[in-house]
Amino acid sequence: MLKKGLFKKPNNRLEGAEANKTPKVPVQMMLHCPSCKTMLLEVDLDENCFVCKNCGHHLKIGARKRITLLTDTDSFSELFADLSSVNILDFPEYDKKLEKARTESGETEGVLCGTAAIGGMDCAIFAMEPSFMMGSMGTVVGEKITSLFEFATANALPVIGFTVSGGARMQEGILSLMQMAKVSGAVKLHSDAGYLYITVLTDPTTGGVTASFAMEGDILLAEPHALIGFAGPRVIEQTIRQKLPAGFQRSEFLLEKGFVDAIVPRTQQQAYLAQLLRMHRKEHAL
Amino acid sequence: MNAMNRVNAARAKDRPTALTFIAHIFTQFTELHGDRRFGDDRAMIGGLALLDNIPVTVIALEKGVDTKDKVYRSFGSAHPEGYRKALRLMKQAEKFHRPVICLIDTSGAYCGLDAEERGQGQAIAENLMEMMTLKTPVLSVLIGEGGSGGALALAVADQVWMLENAVYSVISPEGCASILWKDASKVTEAAERLKLTAEDLLALGVIEKILPEADKSWEEIFEDLKENLTSALAKAPKEPEELIKKRYERFRKMGGSRI
Repeated sequence: MLKKGLFKKPNNRLEGAEANKTPKVPVQMMLHCPSCKTMLLEVDLDENCFVCKNCGHHLKIGARKRITLLTDTDSFSELFADLSSVNILDFPEYDKKLEKARTESGETEGVLCGTAAIGGMDCAIFAMEPSFMMGSMGTVVGEKITSLFEFATANALPVIGFTVSGGARMQEGILSLMQMAKVSGAVKLHSDAGYLYITVLTDPTTGGVTASFAMEGDILLAEPHALIGFAGPRVIEQTIRQKLPAGFQRSEFLLEKGFVDAIVPRTQQQAYLAQLLRMHRKEHAL
Repeated sequence: MNAMNRVNAARAKDRPTALTFIAHIFTQFTELHGDRRFGDDRAMIGGLALLDNIPVTVIALEKGVDTKDKVYRSFGSAHPEGYRKALRLMKQAEKFHRPVICLIDTSGAYCGLDAEERGQGQAIAENLMEMMTLKTPVLSVLIGEGGSGGALALAVADQVWMLENAVYSVISPEGCASILWKDASKVTEAAERLKLTAEDLLALGVIEKILPEADKSWEEIFEDLKENLTSALAKAPKEPEELIKKRYERFRKMGGSRI
């Protein structure tokens, strides 16, 4: 004779009504680390600045998120948000690409600029947006960063810049190339006025951005394992017809070759930047 | 001539390279070598010369004339030490109040392991920054190809001119066609769309002058360039502050107006 209730579900506390009360985690709120595949919850990621707790991989984050994570709460105030790109050269498909980039990134252009405080100290800040046509530099990106440096010079502010870029924006032809000179000029005037500029190079920083304002900081910091170079690795491989050595053009390689000052994990950047800003305060100057 | 014809003319085998221009435009060219940090880049040449008896600093990208020479010159693609040599000579020109004249002909900065290792991006970036406030007149002339950042690193100038068949672009038409359209057959369209001819760039306000080539011998072209350089230097502002302000404004107005 069968025991009564043999096929009845046991009243395990992980099952039944009580379990159903716990909210389900929506798919978009968890993701797998692209490097070690560990499942990560977005709430945990937020606490850890979107760095994988398991392997230390720095996940790609948007400009607004980055500024929110690394600056004092509610201190960011956006500047030059009224600038947005037009298809100046009437380049095929560019309008569509801009539209797509705006939808995907939720931003109007490839860089976010403004003022913020870090550790209570004011600074001008820009962060490039990887989801906006790979942070490519067109005339508006150039104009916004140039305007930010001019603003910083006029208001005696240091500039902190986070770079991520595939390089110049081809669809704007020579005018995108000219932004390299334009921004560099504004960086130079800010520098000559005696103000501090710190760049934080993030993955990937390449092409015309590397060959201009990314490398023009007084202090160059890099996130771990970020790709940083002038020519992209694929272009070099095609040119020299051989595979690049492991770690080539990564932050650690640039540190060894003398092209960055330090590698700073994202979780430590806010404190690190605050310390640097503090050491550059005017009252400390001789 | 369409844009691609111009690209081909700019790259033509029989087109005179920088050293020929220097020999015809200047006298007593005295080459100075090395960046004092790593080595001497043979794609980047520079030195002292007289322009109509006025001492000037000449800096040029040299592609080479035959196969052996082209290899020797890295086909006109400079390494970081080339850009650093150029900057050293510009700073020297500033010290001795000599104008700087740059002749540009390159498909782009050298692309390879050693160039990356020695900071190609950093070298170009430093030139862009330093040239903007150089306290002496700077004139840059694109005589053939003007390939992206590698060309711009010699073109942060008071005035930038182009020979009629020179081209100046953010990327080669081949690179653009393959990256954007993954289609090598679209090179001609890419050349057109990139707006890289002298005529296009004059219309965009990126250059100040086109030096005509049609129906002219190279001797006449060299003579014309020499006369233009001489007269532009005579008219250049004497005050460094004014020079720098105008140079900054020249680039400041390029692109990005509010809409």
